Amino acid sequence: MKFAKLATSAIAISALATAAAARDNVQVAGSSTVLPYASIVAEAFGENFDFPTPVVESGGSSAGLARFCEGVGENQIDIANASRAIREGEIEACAANGVTDIIEVRIGYDGIVFASQIDGPAFDAFTPSDIFNALAPKVMVDGELVDNPHTMWSDFNADLPEAEILAFIPGTKHGTREVFEEQVIAAGCEATGAMEAMMAAGMSEDDAEDACLEVRTDGRSVDIDGDYTETLARIDANTNGIGVFGLAFYENNTDTLKVATMSGVEPTVETIASGEYPVSRPLYFYIKKAHIGVIPGLKEYAEFFVSDAVAGPWGPLSQYGLVSDPELAATQAMIANEETMGGM
Amino acid sequence: MTDTTPLDAAPAGKPTKSILVEDERTRARNRAEARFRAYGIAAIAIAATFLVILLATIVVRGVPAFTQTYMTLDVTLEANALDPNGTGDRDEIAKVTTFGYQPLIGQALVSLLEEQRIETPLPPPALILMLSQSAPAVLRDAVLDDPSLIGQTVTFELLTSSRADGYFKGRVTRESLARDRNLGPPHLDILDQLAESGHVERRFNLDFITGSDASESRPESAGIGVSMIGSFFMMLVVLFLSLPIGVAASIYLEEFAPQNRFTDFIEVNISNLAAVPSIVFGILGLAIFIQVMHLPQSAPLVGGLVLTLMTLPTIIISTRASLKSVPPSIREAALGVGASKMQTVFHHVLPLAMPGILTGTIIGLAQALGETAPLLLIGMVGFIASNYPAGVAEGFLDPNSAMPAQIYEWAKRADPAYYERAWGGIIVLLVFLMSMNLLAILLRRRFERRW
Repeated sequence: MKFAKLATSAIAISALATAAAARDNVQVAGSSTVLPYASIVAEAFGENFDFPTPVVESGGSSAGLARFCEGVGENQIDIANASRAIREGEIEACAANGVTDIIEVRIGYDGIVFASQIDGPAFDAFTPSDIFNALAPKVMVDGELVDNPHTMWSDFNADLPEAEILAFIPGTKHGTREVFEEQVIAAGCEATGAMEAMMAAGMSEDDAEDACLEVRTDGRSVDIDGDYTETLARIDANTNGIGVFGLAFYENNTDTLKVATMSGVEPTVETIASGEYPVSRPLYFYIKKAHIGVIPGLKEYAEFFVSDAVAGPWGPLSQYGLVSDPELAATQAMIANEETMGGM
Repeated sequence: MTDTTPLDAAPAGKPTKSILVEDERTRARNRAEARFRAYGIAAIAIAATFLVILLATIVVRGVPAFTQTYMTLDVTLEANALDPNGTGDRDEIAKVTTFGYQPLIGQALVSLLEEQRIETPLPPPALILMLSQSAPAVLRDAVLDDPSLIGQTVTFELLTSSRADGYFKGRVTRESLARDRNLGPPHLDILDQLAESGHVERRFNLDFITGSDASESRPESAGIGVSMIGSFFMMLVVLFLSLPIGVAASIYLEEFAPQNRFTDFIEVNISNLAAVPSIVFGILGLAIFIQVMHLPQSAPLVGGLVLTLMTLPTIIISTRASLKSVPPSIREAALGVGASKMQTVFHHVLPLAMPGILTGTIIGLAQALGETAPLLLIGMVGFIASNYPAGVAEGFLDPNSAMPAQIYEWAKRADPAYYERAWGGIIVLLVFLMSMNLLAILLRRRFERRW
């Protein structure tokens, strides 16, 4: 009797599995930076259309794109969110698994800001050089390239507060880290003349560029592999701490954080859109063209995402902190025509 | 001579060693015992303090999530905005998206302020920010349900935005809002006056327990209900797989299997399996159930399968223990009157062992209910728990989250209001876990037999 019951229940479950095989909701995975925006769009999409609310998983840009490239079919995700552009290697991996027609959609820009405890030392204004002087392993002191001797911000810039250097930066698995290295550390490296000094010391230009991206490892710069909430917790515990956040996260936590200007520009949606604020990056999502027409609502979701009402300057995404893309109209046309990458 | 003197002196000293009088050694032993008792009490006190701090923190931080601030608002559903052609056709009306409803709410707020004689420097688009972004959807759903509402003035109870709600809960202050981009002190002035006139009030929020997850921009409307259903379906899978498999395995091992190296090897490995970190089962589930067997991502069925692997050792170990505790005389008596081995087990041993098996199963299920790590790997974290499953099959196969995964997800979202909801979710989860443990205790008390 018992075994008979067990067998029937097993059969029933497998029957269920085949009965509901046809998927009717859009599935999205990828960057945790894009997740808030994607969830806002998915929710509004579910409210306004007769399609079920799309499912948005987090896990990071690279993980999302890796899953995106696993193949075509109902068991595969339809859209990958990414806080960076897809890489050549990923396009090749996609192609190897039969994912050839990919539509790249840029949804807007995300500002990256430096913030500290609201009652902490007056970290009000930074330049890339300041950050480089504080966090690089080798810096220029009196015209010579030496191992970073700085322990206080005031050591190299009298305008900065006399406080211990302690920075919480995104870990290497985050897309934000790349932006931080290239747009802040490397810029500071060039501005302070450290790069020139490295090349004068016999490094090739490529090596010097790579060396310029490095961050000191003596504990004054702490990699945060978790989310911004973890960075926030560290800032809460360290009066002297400086954290790297996304603009939207900062704007949700203005009661505990204060933001610093970069090269004299305050980070706001407006200054980032105009390009005055120097540290920002585009956000993307990628669509499998082969799934359009197979998964109901996929194209509608993508069109809804970049519509003026949603991603435009007055839409809910902008209200949450996304810097809207001035070329949104071109993106809308691209989705309408289902133009894939590489002009195919 | 010098040797004998102490011997002679000894009897004289002896009477002092009465058992009624403590000597140095006894005192030392008594002190040691008193110290040990003090250590024990201190250990219990420390544990109790931690428990009290933990529970107090959870309650203090989580209870606000169960209430929410609502605004009562009369909204005129203007026909020329919602149904410009006057067709009354549902499909036509559905073309007006939630964005089309926002101006109506703005208008309604303006007239409410006029009626209450509240003056404000804020324009209508800024006034809307006091209300949740779910408000237009509430209006639209009402209109789609009953298109005849168009043209009328209808009273709605709308959620206020998370910042406004935080103000009434004391989480947000005027100072902390001074630099907020969306809500500022002028909004709070209005809210204060509306609260006085009874248009804004904070009350119990059932939607937190029954509702679905919400996006990052509207924490005020997020609920744990859908992920609770996800957990429920997962527990069904765990129960219906791990109970029969676990009980069958333990009966065979305990009653039928020959004692040899092979069965010893299996026994050792079951104990080892119980000690495997749960994240390992998650990776296994991802590799086998999703990548090889192509079961759907984020489905409670897969979550249930993974948790089954995790629960099996617990059930097997507790079932074997309760089978062992049935005295051999029962088996011998049954065999003696001519029962077969199987009849002995199923008619006599198993019923007597049942309370222990059930207790073990419930505790195993409670463990599985609170488990988060393996679910992270099979895609149950993110903005998942947004749809109620349409039926039983969908319940197993449609993407869903689970209570602990939902709490984890809330804790890492940007808006501090989600942090409060994470604590609230912990209370709900704890209530479930405690009632399951209570049920296990009751069953044991009620049915357990001692020999």
